[in-house]
Amino acid sequence: MGETITFWVLAVVSVAAALGLVFSRKAVYSALMLGVVMLSLAVLYAVQDAPFLAAVQIIVYTGAVMMLFLFVLMLVGVDSSDSLVETIRGQRFWAIVAGLGFAALLALAIGNVVFTPAVGVGQVTQAKGGNIPALAEMIFTRHVFAFEVTSALLITAALGAMVLAHRERVRPKATQRDLARARFSGPQPSPLPGPGTYALHNAIDMPALLPDGSVSAKSINRVLARHELEDDFTPTDPEKAAMIREALAKGEAEEREHGVEAEQPIQAKDAVIKEDGQ
Amino acid sequence: MTTHYLVLSALLFAIGAVGVLLRRNAIVVFMCVELMLNACNLAFVTFARQHGNLDGQLIAFFVMVVAAAEVVIGLAIIVMIFRTRRSASVDDANLLKY
Amino acid sequence: MESPVEIVQHTGGAIGYSWLMIALPLLGAAILLLGGRRTDRWGHLLGVAMSLGAFAVAVASFVQLLALNPGERRRGIELFEFIPGMADLGVLIDPLSISFALLITGVGSLIHIYSIGYMSHDHDRRRFFAYLNLFVAAMLLLVLSDNYLGLFVGWEGVGLASYLLIGFWQFKPSAATAAKKAFVINRVGDFGLLIGIFTIWTTFGSLAFRDLGADVATQASEGTLTAIGLLLLVGACGKSAQLPLQAWLLDAMEGPTPVSALIHAATMVTAGVYLVVRSGAFFEAAPTAQLVVTIVGVATLLAGAIIGCAKDDIKKGLAGSTMSQIGYMMLGAGLGPAGYAFAIGHLITHGFFKANMFLGAGSVMHAMNDEVDMRRYGALFPVMKVTAVTFVIGYLAIIGFPLLSGYYTKEGIIETAMHHNPVLGWLAVLGAGLTGFYMSRMVFMTFFGKKRWADDAHPHESPAVMTVPLIILSIGSIGLGAFLVLGNRFATFLAPAVGTPAEMPEPHVFGVGPAALATLALVAAGAAFAWMRYGAAEVPVTAPRGSFLTTFARRDLYGDALNESLFMRPGQWLTRLSVFFDNRGIDGLVNGLAAGIGGTSGRLRRVQTGYVRSYALSIFFGAAVVVGALLYVGNM
Repeated sequence: MGETITFWVLAVVSVAAALGLVFSRKAVYSALMLGVVMLSLAVLYAVQDAPFLAAVQIIVYTGAVMMLFLFVLMLVGVDSSDSLVETIRGQRFWAIVAGLGFAALLALAIGNVVFTPAVGVGQVTQAKGGNIPALAEMIFTRHVFAFEVTSALLITAALGAMVLAHRERVRPKATQRDLARARFSGPQPSPLPGPGTYALHNAIDMPALLPDGSVSAKSINRVLARHELEDDFTPTDPEKAAMIREALAKGEAEEREHGVEAEQPIQAKDAVIKEDGQ
Repeated sequence: MTTHYLVLSALLFAIGAVGVLLRRNAIVVFMCVELMLNACNLAFVTFARQHGNLDGQLIAFFVMVVAAAEVVIGLAIIVMIFRTRRSASVDDANLLKY
Repeated sequence: MESPVEIVQHTGGAIGYSWLMIALPLLGAAILLLGGRRTDRWGHLLGVAMSLGAFAVAVASFVQLLALNPGERRRGIELFEFIPGMADLGVLIDPLSISFALLITGVGSLIHIYSIGYMSHDHDRRRFFAYLNLFVAAMLLLVLSDNYLGLFVGWEGVGLASYLLIGFWQFKPSAATAAKKAFVINRVGDFGLLIGIFTIWTTFGSLAFRDLGADVATQASEGTLTAIGLLLLVGACGKSAQLPLQAWLLDAMEGPTPVSALIHAATMVTAGVYLVVRSGAFFEAAPTAQLVVTIVGVATLLAGAIIGCAKDDIKKGLAGSTMSQIGYMMLGAGLGPAGYAFAIGHLITHGFFKANMFLGAGSVMHAMNDEVDMRRYGALFPVMKVTAVTFVIGYLAIIGFPLLSGYYTKEGIIETAMHHNPVLGWLAVLGAGLTGFYMSRMVFMTFFGKKRWADDAHPHESPAVMTVPLIILSIGSIGLGAFLVLGNRFATFLAPAVGTPAEMPEPHVFGVGPAALATLALVAAGAAFAWMRYGAAEVPVTAPRGSFLTTFARRDLYGDALNESLFMRPGQWLTRLSVFFDNRGIDGLVNGLAAGIGGTSGRLRRVQTGYVRSYALSIFFGAAVVVGALLYVGNM
C-alpha cells in the first residue's frame, strides 16, 4: 500500500516535471525540472529494492551531472531562452504525433503482457548479505572486464572534455604593462566612478551623481540596468527609475558618439577574447 | 505494479523524445536525452525486480556511468560550438547539408 | 572422258622449292614496307629482283614438271599445319597452277620492270613496289595453294593489294573512293566464296583439292553441289568483275597504269576463272551451276563490250574490254573440260595482249601528260612507233585477227560454246563483233586520224625500260595462241589437272566453220564501221551527246545507278535510322535514366536539411516502426 501511494505521487510528480522540462522556456527551469525527475526516480529505485542505484542516482545525476548542466548553462548564457516559433515546417506536429504514437505503442505493448507477481530481488540480496555486496560481487566477477573498460571510458571522457574545452593561445598573454598601456591609450585612464548616490540610496544599480547634479552613465552596469528596466523589475521609486533611465540614455548617447570603445576601457584583454571567439 | 512502473518509464521516454524533437537549445535537448536514459534505467530496475536477479540493476549502473561520460563530452562539444558560433541552438549548426 | 589424275606427294628438285615463289615476293614486300625510307634508293630493284626470282623458280618447276610423266604431273608439297585438324598449307604444282604461276611471275616481272620507268617520278615508288610484290605473293598463294583455305587467304591478299594499289594515289578523292568501292564490292563476292568454302567443309569434311576430286558427285546431293557451285561463282564474280558485281573494275582504273595492267587485266581479275576451273569437279556435277556460269559469262562479255564502245577514257575502254574478255573465259570455264583449255588459254593470251595494251596505254599517257581522253589523242603513230606497233599487235590479237593469239583461243571458246548451246555461241560471236568495233575505235582515235592534242602536249617515245616489256609482251600476243592451241598442245598439257572431254576436236590453223566465218565477218564489219566513224571522219574533241544507247553504255549500263538505288540509298537510310534509333532510343534510354536518377537525387538531397532535429524525427519514426514491427511479429 505504501509503495502504491509513493508510486502514484512520484509518478504524477515526475511526469509533470518531465513535461515542465520540455515546455518551460528557460533552460534553468528545465534543469531544475530534470532534477525533480531524477530525484523522483531515485526514490522509485529505492522503493524497488535498489538502494545502491538510488544513492548513485542522487550523487551522480542530481549531484554531478546536474551541476555540470548548470555550469554550462551559466557559461552559455542563462538568459538564452528559445523562441517559441518553430522554424522547421511540420516538425512540431510530427514530433508530437510520433511521441504520442510511441508512448501509445509502448503502453499497448506493456499492457498486453500479463506479468506474474514480481519475484523481487530480496532473495538474491539476502543471500549475499545486502544489495551492495551482491552488486559488487557481480561487478567484480562476471562483469569485471566491462567495469575495467568503463574506467577507460571515463578517463577518455575526461581527456576528451579537456581537449575540447582547451583553447589555443594565439598570442602571448597580455602582461600588466600591456594592460596599462591599453588603459592609458584609451578614453578612460582612471577607474570608473563607483555607483550609488550615497545620500539617497546605497545600491549598485544606482548611478552616481556628477558635480552638476546629473547622473554619471559610467557609474552603472548597463547590462544590469537594462535588464532591470526591460524585465519589469523597475524600481517602485519613480525617482530612482528616472535616474536609471537617464543614465542609460546618456550612456547610449555616448556610445553612439565614441563608438563601442567608450564603454570598454580595457581593450587588450577583450581583443584576445574576441579573436579567440571568432 | 510492474506494469505501472513500465508505463511510467515509457511515458518519460516519450516525453524526453518529444523534447529532443521540439527544443532548439542544445543544453535542453541534452537534458531530454538524459531524461530518456533515466526512463530506461527505471525500466531496467523494474525488470530486475520482476525477474528477481540483479542484472537489471547492474545494467542501470553501467548506463549511469556511460551517461556521465556522455554528458561530459556532450557538454564540452556544446561549449565549443557556442564559442565559435555564439549560439547554443541546434538549428544554427546546419552546415552539413545538401 | 577422263578425270584429273591423283596428286602425288613430291620431294626434291625445283618443285620442292616452289614455295619460294610465294616467299620471295613476300620477303620483298616485308623488307620494303618495314625498311621504310632506308630502302627508297634500291627498293624498286629489290622488287624486280624478287619478282624475277619467283619467275625463275616457276620456270624451273615448269621444266621439272615437263620432265615427268603426264600421269604424275600433279605434285603436292606439304609445308606446315595451317589450322590443326582442318587444313594444312601446301603447294600444289600441276599444269593448271604452273600455267598461272608462269603468267603471274612472267607478266608480273615485265610489269615490274616497266614500272621502274613509269613510276620513276613518283616519290613513293618504293611503296608501290612493295605493294606489287605483296600482290604477286598473294596471287601465287592463291593459285599454288593445295586447298581452299590457302586459296582464300591468297584471295583476300590480292583483294588487299588491289585496294592498296587502286588507292595508291590516295590524295585523289576519286582514287580513294574507287579503292573503297572495289574493296566493298569484292567483299560481297568474298562472302559468297567464304560461305561456299564453309559448305564444302561441312559437306565433305575437307578443304584439300586432293580430297575433292571427281568423286564429289557421289558424296553429296546435286542440290548441295549446285549451291556450292553458285556460291563459288559469287566469289568468282566479285573478283573477276562479272555481272552483277562488275561495277568496281571501271573505277579501279584510278590506280597507276601498271597496276591496271597487272592486277585488273592480266592476273587478279582472272582469279575467278581459275576458281571455276579449279572447282571443276563441283561444276561438272552440277549442270545448273554450270549453266549459270555460262550465262554470267555471256552477259558480261556483251555488257563489257557495250561499255567499251562508249568510253572515251582509254583505260576505261580497256577495262570494259577486260570485263568482256573475262566473260569469254567464264563462258569457256562454264562449258566443262572441253572449254577449260580454251578458257585458260585465252586467259594466258589475254594476259599478254591486254597487259601489252594497258602498258601501251600507259606509255601513251606518259607521253601525253597523263591525258586519258582519247578525244585528245590522234595521229600518235608517227611520234611513238614502238608503242603504236606493239599496241596494234595487241589490238589485232584481241579482235581475233587470224593467226594471232586471240584468234585461236577466242575462236576455241566460241566453237565450243556453239557446240554446247548455239544461243550462247551466237551471242559470243556478236560479242566478238563488238570487240572488233570498240578496239578499232580505240586504235583509230589514239594513233590515227588528226591531231587533237592539248596545247602543252609534246608526245615522245617512252624509254627502253618501258618499251622492252611492250615488245616482249607483243611477241607473246602474236605467237602464244597458235603455240598453245594448235595440236591441242595446251589442252593435253592441262589434262592431268582438269581432265579431258569425251572428244577433243583438232583445231585448225584457219577455221572455216560457219561460226568462225561469221565471227571474222562481224569483226571486219565492226572494224570498218569504226574506221568510218573514227578513222576517216573527224572526231569531235568534246563528246557528242549521243543517243539513249550511248548514254546507257557511257553510264556503265546503269550499273552504278542500280547499285546506288538498290543498296546504297537503302543502306544510308538504314544507317540514318540506326543513328536515330541509337541517339534517341538507346542513348535516350540511358541518358533519360541518368537524368531521372540525377533529378530524383537532386530532389532527394533536399531531405538533407542539416537540421539535427529533422534527422532525429526520422530516426524516432524508424524506431517506432521497428518497435511496432517487433510487437506485430511477437504477437503473431
